[in-house]
Amino acid sequence: MTQDSPMMSNQDRLIYMANQIARNFGTMDPARAADAVADHIASFWDPRMRAQIFELQGKGDVRLGPVAAAAITILRQSGAPPHQTQATEFNSVSGVGHSDAG
Amino acid sequence: MTFTRETDHGTPPAIVTGKTVCLTIDGQSVTMPEGTSIMRAASLMGGAIPKLCATDNVESFGSCRLCLVEVEGRNGYPASCTTPVAEGMVVRTQTERLKQLRRGVMELYISDHPLDCLTCAANGDCELQDQAGAVGLRDVRYGYDGATNMGQAKDQSNPYFDFDPSKCIVCSRCVRACEEVQGTFALTIENKGFDSKVSPSQGEDFLGSECVSCGACVQACPTASLIEKKVVETGTPDRAIVTTCAYCGVGCTFRAEMRGEELVRMVPWKEGKANRGHSCVKGRFAWGYAQHKDRILNPMIRASVDQPWREVSWEEAIAYTASEFRRIQAKYGTRSIGGITSSRCTNEETFLVQKLIRQGFGNNNVDTCARVCHSPTGYGLKTTFGTSAGTQDFDSVMQSDVIMVIGANPTDGHPVFASRMKKRLRQGAKLIVIDPRRTDLVKSPHVEAEHHLPLRPGTNVAMLTALAHVIVTEKLYDESFIRQRCDWDEFEDWADFVSESSRSPEAIEPLTGVKAEEVRAAARLYATGGNGAIYYGLGVTEHSQGSSTVMAIANLAMATGNVGREGVGVNPLRGQNNVQGACDMGSFPHEFSGYRHVSDTATRALFEQAWGVPLDPEPGLRIPNMLDAATDGTFKGIFIQGEDILQSDPNTHHVAAGLAAMECVVVQDLFLNETANYAHIFLPGSTFLEKDGTFTNAERRIQRVRKVMTPLNGYADWEIVQLVANALDLGWAYSHPSQIMDEIAALTPTFAGVHYDRLEEEGSLQWPANDTAPDGTPTMHIEGFVRGKGKFVVTDYVPTDEKTGPRFPLLLTTGRILSHYNVGAQTRRTDNVAWHPEDRLEIHSSDAENRGIKDGDWVTLRSRAGETTLRALITERVAPGVVYTTFHHPTTQANVITTDFSDWATNCPEYKVTAVQVGLSNGPSDWQQSYEAQAQRSRRIDVIEVAE
Repeated sequence: MTQDSPMMSNQDRLIYMANQIARNFGTMDPARAADAVADHIASFWDPRMRAQIFELQGKGDVRLGPVAAAAITILRQSGAPPHQTQATEFNSVSGVGHSDAG
Repeated sequence: MTFTRETDHGTPPAIVTGKTVCLTIDGQSVTMPEGTSIMRAASLMGGAIPKLCATDNVESFGSCRLCLVEVEGRNGYPASCTTPVAEGMVVRTQTERLKQLRRGVMELYISDHPLDCLTCAANGDCELQDQAGAVGLRDVRYGYDGATNMGQAKDQSNPYFDFDPSKCIVCSRCVRACEEVQGTFALTIENKGFDSKVSPSQGEDFLGSECVSCGACVQACPTASLIEKKVVETGTPDRAIVTTCAYCGVGCTFRAEMRGEELVRMVPWKEGKANRGHSCVKGRFAWGYAQHKDRILNPMIRASVDQPWREVSWEEAIAYTASEFRRIQAKYGTRSIGGITSSRCTNEETFLVQKLIRQGFGNNNVDTCARVCHSPTGYGLKTTFGTSAGTQDFDSVMQSDVIMVIGANPTDGHPVFASRMKKRLRQGAKLIVIDPRRTDLVKSPHVEAEHHLPLRPGTNVAMLTALAHVIVTEKLYDESFIRQRCDWDEFEDWADFVSESSRSPEAIEPLTGVKAEEVRAAARLYATGGNGAIYYGLGVTEHSQGSSTVMAIANLAMATGNVGREGVGVNPLRGQNNVQGACDMGSFPHEFSGYRHVSDTATRALFEQAWGVPLDPEPGLRIPNMLDAATDGTFKGIFIQGEDILQSDPNTHHVAAGLAAMECVVVQDLFLNETANYAHIFLPGSTFLEKDGTFTNAERRIQRVRKVMTPLNGYADWEIVQLVANALDLGWAYSHPSQIMDEIAALTPTFAGVHYDRLEEEGSLQWPANDTAPDGTPTMHIEGFVRGKGKFVVTDYVPTDEKTGPRFPLLLTTGRILSHYNVGAQTRRTDNVAWHPEDRLEIHSSDAENRGIKDGDWVTLRSRAGETTLRALITERVAPGVVYTTFHHPTTQANVITTDFSDWATNCPEYKVTAVQVGLSNGPSDWQQSYEAQAQRSRRIDVIEVAE
């Protein structure tokens, strides 16, 4: 996306979103950050969005930053990693039953 | 419920000291809390000492001298409103001498009051009339020929109430209500003695004055001097039903006072725990939209959006809806449709819409307007504390010593809570405001912020980290709280991060534009000033780092030990009336009710067992993702209940493109809103006055909504969703919303104890309400955080990608104004337009001068996304370099300017930061002209000729 054109294509936007998530995990070491990004995408992205970004990476799209790219690779190869934060974690507070973090 | 006035005990309750005194009133022994007035004590015993200037919403005044009593052993006749009870006191409220004195006082009042009781609008609902009867007044010895204040001109400038000075008894109840309850200080008593009169501002009329039309003065008036126009027009009510306001997240409860099925007035309910008997102009007066001529009352369909609408029967509309959704799924797949729940509808209705999508559509493509407002609150507070909601009740603010308001403008957005906050500030609490604009809270009568940090839009995280830097490096944190309640290792990581010199107030001053010393002083005050409470709004969440900002706020509260008791906490001021409830009810595409992820097998099994179908374990699409998928061709149909995404969501062009790409857009609403321009099926909705249910406000308080009139469209919204569900063969059989709440309670642990009978008993319940907390939970995290240990999260400042530059040198931020609500669909159809008939662009005088712009000029507002025109308002409220506008009017469509940048974690749009340019305009933009033409075409309704 150029500065004069904020209208991203949908594919641009997926790349942008993945990189934006990665930037916000930027204080973590890269391996942990990649897990966190992968967990976030697995928890909040609809399957078609994930499929699209897998496809983009598969086609060699180079716009994904290193952490975002590593995260997509994790998801493609190993599936969702263990949960990283309470926002993606559930059923861990009370042990049995439902944590119902709301 | 028949019509009875709420009991007025004359004076407010005493401040609780725990001590009581015993006394005798009219021969009866009674024990009362220390500090109670004799008037209140007598009232609590069932008596009623005559009174005029006293009412229990304001402090006693002792001016009318009607409430005199005799106290054994004391000289004279003390006013019962200003005399507190005392141990052993013997009081007589009715003696020959008292009767004589009261009649004398009443004679003087009546000698200067019109005797038109039979034709007076307040006949039968007038305290002066009642008290004349109570004191046995039979004649006025002075005659009526002398000088009087009668015959003065009425002030009818306010669209909702009249002021007739001839009927004023100058009791000052209105003046005191304006000061003590509302905190605006718009009214005063002008002149002295016989010439004394109530005056708005400096002798202006009500509309032109500083009056905010909250209605507190009208409610306080004991005569017809201040009276609702609707009462003048209709007559007094004959019954009253308590219900909950459908504007904003404060959740005020009102007595809907009715005559037959006609609503006469909404009067704030004194027992209401959210509003404590107060109201704002919207809830009190702006309900006329419910009967507005623009309401659509018949279902309509059309094959394509370029055709006119065709009115059809409910049966045809529902069958067509079901067949279209099934057709699309058969052609494009299960996940090709979805829906949006409404934060204006009830909990029961939002629960049913998400159930329709999960059970009936077979996917999780459900979202709600919280996507564009407080979704970062859900993410941020869940991550740090373990709950997706605020920590306190509203009463908590009265225990606060330092109040920090970040990115919120409560006097406009949450006015009834703002009045409570201002009351606490007048009592001496200190205020810190972090906001690019000089909001009313920064400086208004008797309120002034100790520190205003007018940061540049988009620098919230840098600012909050700098505050944390001061707290950590100056060792102002609460180590024992942190060690006991939080993860100490995570705290240390966070403390190391914020302590770096690059995050000091001095280092970030060039970014934020706020003087470092002011930031340091604010941090010290928050950390050391006693109970510190943070209140925040959309100026926190609607940023590319909205979720990070929420977590940064939570970090500050944990570091200073300001969580888990009254007077402290982290408090999101939620926007719409039921946005908290809509989130609680499972409106997000990744969660069931109670914030449980769809991938959790145990939770899913619970719902699968209850609903009898397998449920999708994958998260669904968020609203912006739905629009993207629509333009990609994989999302083809949507059911939208009570939301207007074309006006409210960012980047209008993109929203329009997404809607236009769908084959079936169903809109269920009161009006043909902007989104309906792209709809194929319109299902007329019902107002909050026409249905039963519950709303949940910003303090997690679940309150009843009660039907006071028959739905004009024929059905409550929950019934319409049930019709659609059953057309999809789901076999629902709810006959009352209480049954839906029973299902919610059975499936949602935090709501397990919420049932209509309990709500009737308690008036309201704050979740969690279950076996652990049967009476609800006013304050969260008292013993420990819901997640276990509080989690400090490192929140690095990541600048937004929305940059200013030569072409777009100014930053636009958007918001709302007191008289309007959200997209204005309701308030624009009321007399509130008297205050705000159009969106205006606030611009600093220096920026205006540089561009040759004068106040009121038409200007073009242009961003990389689009442009619109509106009139300029030159003001010092915004800093140089920042402009501001509201988004209440579709003729402006402020969201044609906003971009599709959004919060990294939740996709909440970055409404608060858009790089723009402003210049003089020659007229409406091309887009505005073409939009208006398209909207008019789209709203055509075919008139069916009746056969002869």
